[in-house]
Amino acid sequence: MDLSAINPVLLVASLMVAATPLLLAAIGELVVEKAGVLNLGVEGMMITGAICGFAISVETGSPWLGFIAAAIGGAILSLLFVLMTQVALANQVASGLALTLFGLGLSALMGQSYVGIKPPAMGRLDLPVLSDLPVVGPILFSHDPILYLGILLTGAVWWVLKYSRAGLILRAVGENHDAAHALGYKVIRIRVLAILFGGACAGLGGAYISLIRVPQWTEGMTAGVGWIALALVVFASWKPWRALLGAYLFGGVTVVQLNLQAAGVAIPVEYLAMSPYLITILVLVILSADKSGAPAALGRSFHASH
Amino acid sequence: MKFTSLLASAAMVLGLATGAMAEDKTKVGFVYVGPVGDGGWTYEHDKGRQAVEAEFGDKVETVFVESVPEGPDAERVMTQMALEGADLIFTTSFGYMDPTINVAKKFPKVKFEHATGYKQAENVSVYSARFYEGRAVQGTIAGRMTKSNIVGYIGSYPIPEVIRGINSAFIHARKVNPDVQFKIVWAYTWFDPAKEADAAKVLIEQGADVILQHTDSTAPQAAAQAAGNVITFGQASDMSEYAPMPRVSSIIDNWAPYYIARTKAVMDGTWTSVSTWDGIGAGMVGIGEISDAVPADVKAEALALKDALANGSYHAFTGPLKKQDGSDWLAEGETADDGTLAGMNFYVEGIEGDIPN
Repeated sequence: MDLSAINPVLLVASLMVAATPLLLAAIGELVVEKAGVLNLGVEGMMITGAICGFAISVETGSPWLGFIAAAIGGAILSLLFVLMTQVALANQVASGLALTLFGLGLSALMGQSYVGIKPPAMGRLDLPVLSDLPVVGPILFSHDPILYLGILLTGAVWWVLKYSRAGLILRAVGENHDAAHALGYKVIRIRVLAILFGGACAGLGGAYISLIRVPQWTEGMTAGVGWIALALVVFASWKPWRALLGAYLFGGVTVVQLNLQAAGVAIPVEYLAMSPYLITILVLVILSADKSGAPAALGRSFHASH
Repeated sequence: MKFTSLLASAAMVLGLATGAMAEDKTKVGFVYVGPVGDGGWTYEHDKGRQAVEAEFGDKVETVFVESVPEGPDAERVMTQMALEGADLIFTTSFGYMDPTINVAKKFPKVKFEHATGYKQAENVSVYSARFYEGRAVQGTIAGRMTKSNIVGYIGSYPIPEVIRGINSAFIHARKVNPDVQFKIVWAYTWFDPAKEADAAKVLIEQGADVILQHTDSTAPQAAAQAAGNVITFGQASDMSEYAPMPRVSSIIDNWAPYYIARTKAVMDGTWTSVSTWDGIGAGMVGIGEISDAVPADVKAEALALKDALANGSYHAFTGPLKKQDGSDWLAEGETADDGTLAGMNFYVEGIEGDIPN
């Protein structure tokens, strides 16, 4: 065993990278669920975002355009969910599952000519002085811009939901859509916007994997992150900062356990491999002891005639 | 009345005709563990499938299902294939071993071929390639090329096939460089690009400047490339898009000749249950071109080893060798028998860490 081989600074820096796709997808889904919609299609929207972002950034040579395309791609796919659940009033669980399956297939089709290509690299933040600081520099000031966007987005969602009028309306729709409707709010319109936002965030998360974390395109490369994001939203009790904590914990333990393995720590690998799931669930369950429940109208279809 | 009977007989003729056509065609099924676009393991199996189609043309029909999880799902997929009239089914991952045996019992007329396993039956053949011969070549290059003397190894699952690879690479790396150390990370997946990339990054952060992988995607190659001065080897497929750096060579699985021969055997009615384990010599394991990033003398040494393995004058597990715990395994000049290799569950002396159960 040689723990000195683990560099804590690099470890923290890389756990932030590992957590970002999860965080982006979870924040998007959190807003969707706060509006009372359960969209199980996160995985499908992520993988679609991953290939849209990859394809566009390869074609244009600009990672920025790639990320914008990823957000648009994820949002477009979520439109399908809108059509099924908000217009045709189909079952949300079934529609979400269908969206995931469809997204996986669609992305494999779109990505056929992109296997084995390298995407253009996205520059990292490089502040003169600050990025060169020991310890703090690599952890706080030398990441790619999307990682900071993820944190900013968490803060923005938290503020909007908690302090703004728009957030209040969104939560009202998610808690009791009949009451919100009676007050004159456009329930369907608000939900559609929330779903589109969720799709865009999931798309960004997917593109973060294909453009920055891996970076390359392979079929099925999100490998279940979307499902973890869904679980994270529940365990985080629909609170943005807890989702951030959960994502960093999950990403962190994932990276730490690989580090421990490489350093030859004498803990059976099976325990290390399951530790990210176990620790994240445990911490968030303890935190959610304050009885903050799910949005009351979660998963229920709304029609003005009901 | 006339019209309906005409319709009925037409339908019957049609049915007979399509039935007869189906009889003519040999239907071959493939069950894959990853997507055909993984650029590695499954990609090469699918190339074998395409070779079967190219060889027999209209006489054969191939079907495949990709990304089938190892477990009950695999059993369902195989049953479905057998019910749809497959004559021969290739199941291409270690974890399909028990499902293959179970399904084969239910369909005694269907022939099954299971890759990398060890359970045979009347209608189940097993086949595998001696990847460890390729690992010996990789180990030699790794031992010569490493400057930090730390070689990172990304394992998938702790099964004999993977452990053989680790042992073979280690023995030959030590042979040319007595100071070399292996750091082994188990990813517990065959295919998860993000996780594989993380594993590679972790190993690089801990000082490894050579990364060997036994997982299927090209993600570790991309991670090594981003890190700069790190070399890798293509796994299962050439992965030449990462040559000349970081990918300096590769192990290429070449299943096509075997798949063609076995399909032919089913067509001729000469198929019997066999156990095939071929290596570099028979062409089932190929060594991808060694790139210019490798010095000429190292390249020559690696190629000489490859030739010796191919013509049988050298065995990758030749004594004196000890097990990790220090007990004797092979005496001077003794070579490992296939039975021990097939069930290998121990590290050789010098490797640190335990094999997970």
